Amino acid sequence: MRRVAVVAFAQTEHTGHDTGVGEVELILPVINEVKERTGLTRFGFTCSGSCDYLAGAPFSFVSALDALGAWPPISESHVEMDGAWALYEAWVRLQHGDVDTALVYGFGKSSLGDLAEIMTLQLDPYYLAPLGLDRLSFAALQASATGADRKELDEIVRRSRADGRRNPYALDLPEQIPDGFAVEPLKTSDVAPITDGAAAVVLAAGDLAERLCATPAYITGIAHRIEPHYLGMRDLSRSASAADAARAAGVGKAPVEVAELHAQFAHEEVILRQAMELPDDTVINPSGGPLAANPVMATGLIRIGEAARRIHDGTARRTVGHAAGGPCLQHNLVTVLEA
Amino acid sequence: MAERCAVIGVGQTHYTSKRRDVSIAGLVREAALRALDDAGLTFADIDAVVIGKAPDLFEGIMMPEAYLADALGAAGKPMMRVHTAGSVGGSTALVGAGLIQGGVHDRVLVVAFEKQSESNATWALSTHLPFSSSLVVGAGGYFAPHIREYMRRTGAPEHIGALVAVKDRLNALKNPYAHLRIPGIDRKMVESTPMLWEPIRYLETCPSSDGACALVLSSERAVTGTPAWVHGAAMRSEPIFRAGRDTVNPQAGKDCAADVYQQAGVTDPRRQIDVAEVYVPFSWYEPMWLENLGFVAEGEGWKVTESGATALDGDTPWNASGGVLSSNPIGASGLIRFAEAALQVRGMAGEHQVDGARLALGHAYGGGAQFFAMWIVGRDRP
Repeated sequence: MRRVAVVAFAQTEHTGHDTGVGEVELILPVINEVKERTGLTRFGFTCSGSCDYLAGAPFSFVSALDALGAWPPISESHVEMDGAWALYEAWVRLQHGDVDTALVYGFGKSSLGDLAEIMTLQLDPYYLAPLGLDRLSFAALQASATGADRKELDEIVRRSRADGRRNPYALDLPEQIPDGFAVEPLKTSDVAPITDGAAAVVLAAGDLAERLCATPAYITGIAHRIEPHYLGMRDLSRSASAADAARAAGVGKAPVEVAELHAQFAHEEVILRQAMELPDDTVINPSGGPLAANPVMATGLIRIGEAARRIHDGTARRTVGHAAGGPCLQHNLVTVLEA
Repeated sequence: MAERCAVIGVGQTHYTSKRRDVSIAGLVREAALRALDDAGLTFADIDAVVIGKAPDLFEGIMMPEAYLADALGAAGKPMMRVHTAGSVGGSTALVGAGLIQGGVHDRVLVVAFEKQSESNATWALSTHLPFSSSLVVGAGGYFAPHIREYMRRTGAPEHIGALVAVKDRLNALKNPYAHLRIPGIDRKMVESTPMLWEPIRYLETCPSSDGACALVLSSERAVTGTPAWVHGAAMRSEPIFRAGRDTVNPQAGKDCAADVYQQAGVTDPRRQIDVAEVYVPFSWYEPMWLENLGFVAEGEGWKVTESGATALDGDTPWNASGGVLSSNPIGASGLIRFAEAALQVRGMAGEHQVDGARLALGHAYGGGAQFFAMWIVGRDRP
C-alpha cells in the first residue's frame, strides 16, 4: 500500500454544554488550524463524518462546506458515521495515487438532544426500537455480560478524568466519583459525558508527508469490521469485530506504547483491551479518552488524532487509534500509527 | 496508478409507491441477491459492503446500516455508509469503486435504497437547523426558480418540460423496473396536470418510490460474467450559500464532467457517449444538464431536447430507462443511473437497450445543485 501519514490534527476545546455556536462555527477554527499547520489551502480529497439526528435536521453536513471555503469546487464526500470512517475513506482515496493530500473532519453537538433516546433510533425499527431500549440500557446489558470488577471500572473512570483534567481540550470532570446507577450495573460515572466538539486531520501521501510535518505519523495498518446488529446474536462480553480489525491492522506485530480507545463506557475499555490483545504496559487513553470528552461523530477521529499526536511530539513511536459505532461496539475500526 | 474496476452484477427491485410486503432489510436484500445472482456469486464472495441513502429522516432510522449489516451479509466484514444528499447513490458507487481502485478489496457490494412510504420526504427536506432560515418548500419549490431563470436566460418556450416528461415515460414503458408506467402518455396529458411549482406540473416531477439498487464491483483479477469497465469516476462539491455561485449552471457540475471526460478520453461527449443516464428529477433539468455536461453549447439545451435527439432512437439518448422522472427511491436514484449505464454497455438493458452502446455516462446531483457524482463505464477494458 502507498505510505500515508497523519500530518496535522486539531480539535476544539470541547464543552459539556451548548455554547451557542452552530456546526459551521464549530468546524471553522479546526479547519483553519490544520490548514495553517500544513500550509495547505487546497486538498486532493475531503471527507467528513456527522449525523443528521444530532442536529435534528437533514443534510447537517451541507452547510459545513461553507466552513471549508469549497471554491473552486472540491472533490468531497461524506459518511453518516464517525469521522474515523471518513479518515478511512480518505486513506483509500489516497491509495489511488492521483492525489496526495486529504482533509478529514468530524463534528457533533450531542448537547442539543437526548442522546440516550436518539441512539434508540439506530436500532432495528421493527423488532428493537419499539422496545424503547435506549443507549444506556443496552450498554448496561453489555456491562452486565462483561462482569468487570467494580474497582477496575472505578479506576478507569478516575484515571480518565485525571488525564482529561490535564488535557486542555477535554472536560474538567470532578475527581470525586459519584455513586448511583444510570442503569444497573452501569454507574453514571461509567458513561461518557455529553459533549459538543469537532476535530480535523490532514493526511498526506509519500514524500509530501515529510515536507508537511517533521515527524509524520504513518498509517501502517487500518481496518474495520462490523458484527451482527442483534445483541442476542453476539457474545456481548467480547468484541469479535475489534479483534478481527486489530489483527488485520497488525496491532500485535510490535509493542504498542499508547492506545486511544473509543470506549464510551468504562466496561468497553476492558472489552477492547482484551479483544485487541493490548499488553499491560500499553498506556490507554492518555488524553482522558471519551470518558473525559465525547463529541459524538468526532470522538473516534480524535482517538486517531491523539494517537498521531504522540508520534508528532516524539513521545511515542508506535500507537493505536480505535473508533467504534453501533450499539454495544457493533462496528470497530483500528489504526496503527508509526513514526 | 489506480487498479481497474468493473461492474459485474446489477440488481434492482421493481420500483413502486409502497412495498408493504417487505421490511427495509428485505428490500435491500432483494436488490443485493439479484446483483449477486447476476455476477454468479454469493455473499461469501464479497469482501466489503458500501451502503448509501439520502437523509435518515426519510425513514426515521438513524444510521440504518447498523441494522442492515445482517441482511447484506456484512457481518465480519468492513461496511461503510455514504451520505452526500441526492447525489448519494452515485457517491456510493464511487466509494465502492474506490475500494477496488485503491487495491484494498477485490469484490465490493454496493447498495442504495429509499423506502419513501415509511415517511414523508417533503417534510424531512423542509426541517432546518436552528438559527438558519428554512424555505419549507421541499425540492420542487427549491429548484423551480432555477428553472425559471434558465427559461429567462435561454428564451426556451414553455412546452419543453412536457416533452421531456413524455419522452422519459415512453422509455419507462420499456423498463420492467420503472415505477411510473403510464399507457398513452402524451404532451396533452402532461399539460392537463396541475401546476405544482411554476413551471413544473405534476407529471413533470419525479414520483416518490420504494426501492433499492445494488452493484457488485470487481477488480480485474476477480471478474466474473460480463463486465462494464469503469473508465472515469469523479465527485465535486460547492458551497450552497456562496454569493455569486451560478445555481442554474453550477461550476461543480462542469468541473466534475471535465474530470470524468479527461479520465475516459472523452473530448466530444455528445458524439462519444452512446447513452447517458442523467439525474433529471424535474423535466427541465434535461436541457439544463445537457448544457452543464457540455453535450451542447450554453443556451442550446432546449433546442436539442425539442429536436428529439435525446429520445431512445435519437443521436444522444438520455435516460433510456425512464430516469428519475419514472422511478425515484431518492437515495438509490443516483445508483440506478450508474447501474443503468453499466447495463447498457454490458448489452443487458433489455427493451430499452441502445443498440451497440459501448460508452455510457452515469450522473447524479444533490443538495442545492451543489453535489455531483459521475462515472463513465465502457464495454472495453480501459
